[in-house]
Amino acid sequence: MSTTQAINNRSKTAGLEQESSQATSTSSVYDTKQLNLWYGDNHALKNIDLDIKQNEVTAIIGPSGCGKSTYLKTLNRMVELVPNVKTSGQIMYRGRNIFDKDYSVEELRTRVGMVFQKPNPFPKSIYDNIAYGPRIHGIKNKKILDEIVEKSLRGAAIWDEVKDRLNENAYSISGGQQQRICIARALAIEPDVILMDEPTSALDPISTLKIEELVQELKKDYSIIIVTHNMQQAARISDKTAFFLNGEVIEYDNTDTIFSNPSDKRTEDYISGRFG
Amino acid sequence: MSVREKFDSELYSSQDQLIQLSNMAVNALGKSVGALLNHDIDAALEVIEEDEKINRLEEEINDRVILLIARQAPVATDLRRLIVIIKVASDMERVGDYAVNIAKETIRLGKEEHLVQIVQIEKMHKLATTMLLQVIDAFVEEDVSKAREIAEIDDQVDDLYGEVLTELMLAGSGNPEKIRQITQLAFIGRYMERSADHATNIAEQLFYLVRGRHYDLNK
Repeated sequence: MSTTQAINNRSKTAGLEQESSQATSTSSVYDTKQLNLWYGDNHALKNIDLDIKQNEVTAIIGPSGCGKSTYLKTLNRMVELVPNVKTSGQIMYRGRNIFDKDYSVEELRTRVGMVFQKPNPFPKSIYDNIAYGPRIHGIKNKKILDEIVEKSLRGAAIWDEVKDRLNENAYSISGGQQQRICIARALAIEPDVILMDEPTSALDPISTLKIEELVQELKKDYSIIIVTHNMQQAARISDKTAFFLNGEVIEYDNTDTIFSNPSDKRTEDYISGRFG
Repeated sequence: MSVREKFDSELYSSQDQLIQLSNMAVNALGKSVGALLNHDIDAALEVIEEDEKINRLEEEINDRVILLIARQAPVATDLRRLIVIIKVASDMERVGDYAVNIAKETIRLGKEEHLVQIVQIEKMHKLATTMLLQVIDAFVEEDVSKAREIAEIDDQVDDLYGEVLTELMLAGSGNPEKIRQITQLAFIGRYMERSADHATNIAEQLFYLVRGRHYDLNK
């Protein structure tokens, strides 16, 4: 046998095919089963099945009008504020269906914080923005409130930037800082899940990267579901990605798989910018 | 109209350049072997001179692909295609380098009469050329079944290379004055065997492009 043959034979035993998808074993925070939603006659969400894991970042992507924001707003039942909304199916949050008659919406929203597209701080001081939620929940002790404000601002990676101006109006700081104040406000009630609806679409690139880094930090303690139009953002920060189209989930997989080797041609066409 | 018409057109232009580069490399290899067999020093010098064009084209392809990645942030198949183009260009550029090495050996050999083992080198060249041409076709058509056949031919090239080495060693014992040529022919055999390996590498890249998974075709 020649050296070449010997080497070839050896490499035969070492040859391997790599699988891109890997199974995960973390537990579910939200398990959506056959969810349908109608705005009047408009069937906006169709037979959605999604199992969202805890301590992960789940990105929801898809073209405008595909139902991704509707789905996000269903997770804290905010969608019910829209007139003529009808739903069927189940959303199990920590094992309980959030549509159950005796399920308290207030309790749900205490556990599930939300951050919106445009920073929307209250026209109050930075301190009062953060203390707002805890105060509603009956915390009046100044020392405890001080601690919550500092912890939340630290958690949102903005403490060092605002610690000397806590009494200034939240509108006096930049858009990127305001968005982190909104994240801190969400953290102040110690939620379990944070929903983010295009949280960086109104921000400049540096502020966007700061929020993205923050999301990576926050997932150690929270489960995050983020709707984004920015494909690269979804690829950078999420563990799983769901692709929505016309109210349906077309593909849901590990983000690495979605952006390197998606199974559905419609996903590939969307992420590579061929429609949408 | 496709939303990314400009991107698609740039992407396929890079692929066209790659096909051009591949044909140049295969031609260079053919020309170098022709020069060797015919003791044609002028042709050997041309191979060395023309290699600069192959190198320049590879650089152009790389620059173009890097710009496309920077500007367009491609994902999935688009990204794989661009990465594969860069890798295949590098494989083909290497084949061009082997042609240069053979041309240099041809010049060193000059008019010296060849040992009979040169016939096997010619056979190796035919097989390697078949592989390279077939892999270019497979790449254009994205035909993985064609790519799989290439690996089978590679086994024949490896066997021939083994035979050439053994026979050259035997020839050496009776012809001490031919040791220099024997060494040169052994090197040339090595360049052919490596060229064939690059064709197999390219076939593996084609599998990666089409299926998004890594395959080892030497199994």
